[in-house]
Amino acid sequence: MASIWEYANPVKFSRTVQVVLPWVSVGAAVALAVGLIWGFFFTPDDYRQGSTVKIIYLHVPAALMAINAWFMMLVTSLIWLIRRHHVSALAAKAAAPIGAVMTLIALITGAIWGQPMWGTWWEWDPRLTVFLILFLFYLGYIALWEAIDNPDTAADLTSVLCLVGSVFAVLSRYAVNFWNQGLHQGASLSLDKEENVADVFYFPLLVCIAGFVLLFVALVLLRTRTEIRRRRLKALIARERMA
Amino acid sequence: MPELGKYADTVLSAYGVSLLLLVVLVLASMRASRKALKELEKVESRKNG
Amino acid sequence: MIALLRRDFRLAMRAGGGFGLGLAFFLIVVVLVPFGVGHDTALLAKIAPGILWLGALLSCLLSLDRILALDWEDGSLDLLAVSPIPMEAVVTIKALAHWATTGLPLTLVAPVFGVLLGLPEAGFYWLVISLLLGTPALSVIGTFGAALTVGIKRGGLLLSLLVLPLYVPTMIFGAELARRGAEGLATTTPLLMLAGITLGTIALLPFASAMVVRINLR
Repeated sequence: MASIWEYANPVKFSRTVQVVLPWVSVGAAVALAVGLIWGFFFTPDDYRQGSTVKIIYLHVPAALMAINAWFMMLVTSLIWLIRRHHVSALAAKAAAPIGAVMTLIALITGAIWGQPMWGTWWEWDPRLTVFLILFLFYLGYIALWEAIDNPDTAADLTSVLCLVGSVFAVLSRYAVNFWNQGLHQGASLSLDKEENVADVFYFPLLVCIAGFVLLFVALVLLRTRTEIRRRRLKALIARERMA
Repeated sequence: MPELGKYADTVLSAYGVSLLLLVVLVLASMRASRKALKELEKVESRKNG
Repeated sequence: MIALLRRDFRLAMRAGGGFGLGLAFFLIVVVLVPFGVGHDTALLAKIAPGILWLGALLSCLLSLDRILALDWEDGSLDLLAVSPIPMEAVVTIKALAHWATTGLPLTLVAPVFGVLLGLPEAGFYWLVISLLLGTPALSVIGTFGAALTVGIKRGGLLLSLLVLPLYVPTMIFGAELARRGAEGLATTTPLLMLAGITLGTIALLPFASAMVVRINLR
């Protein structure tokens, strides 16, 4: 097994993606199909929540990936800042829109789920609020990438924003917890998912989570390769103009 | 089709919206990838030819 | 360094009137709120701390792009970069000048605007305390946002998009402190948290801002 840093070479990375991507994509498709069909068609209704419990197979994996995508961006941003590997910066750029979509799915399914369960589409519950803030962070990060022309400057600035944003996101999480407790003493609307998930729901959920992870990996690989191609395209065009 | 009871709209709309978003994301990513590849090939062939 | 502070301070007081503009904007926000939510005095008194905090935050946001943009355009930022003062000190001084010309006056006039919204008397003290503690954090975070967007033309909207999520913790604890003070509840926890956030951002964020300015100057 070669060192992981070899994949910092864009050509090597692209060649590896060429080999790996079909497998990951098929894996993601199979896991998602199995997990969602299993969950949707072959699990019983919850005695309290009725059939709405089936939303868990989208909501929980999307929420997990929303946070993990940001975490991955944090790691790749650090790698870029410290070791200056372009692929790393491009991977962070590639992951941001995926993370934003995952956050959106978590928010929307949560709202749709909350409507019959809590009697409201939206509640300023800590978890919900934090995801909304996370979504804003994603938007700001993507917008900053789009706004800067020089790719290295853009990579540097977005990396710093990602680091600072991570600190503030964690800070916001605790601030929001405190803030909502300040409003409703002791009243919590959030159903603790881990506690009341029985095995019948748990196994298809695991498959769905695996499917979302594989889908995320596949999309990151695909989008990173796109970014590498774009970068090369830009370089070639610039060289043509010089000649 | 499983019996979804009175929450059928809720469950179906959640699945519908999520799958739609995922499909849009996947298609957009694939299209961008293909477009970048095509333009790259065009420029590279110009360079070599 | 003192000279730089004095220069920034004079510029903010004079050029374009960023100084009076922020206060006027704050006043307008406060005046518009009763039109929006109705003139029910009890309701206004209840939401007054939140409105005043929100107004102060928005007025602060208004003048952020001035912190670095002018120096960037006329090249004095390049001069500052090669001067013996470290960039960390430069951005700290810029944040300080911004705070002295927006955060501080906003804090001082906030009680007056509190009267307009029928803020209970117990609330004035905590309102001023919370703003005095919180607005430095707003300036320091804002300087970071200004540094990020300094090279971008018409980056004002982007600046708001980047900075507002970062303002969430400060806003939560600041408004909570003012609200609890107004309602006579225990204030120790939000007070300590707000002070912690402000001191933490003052201590750490200038390094990030300086790094960003250096990247932009490269």
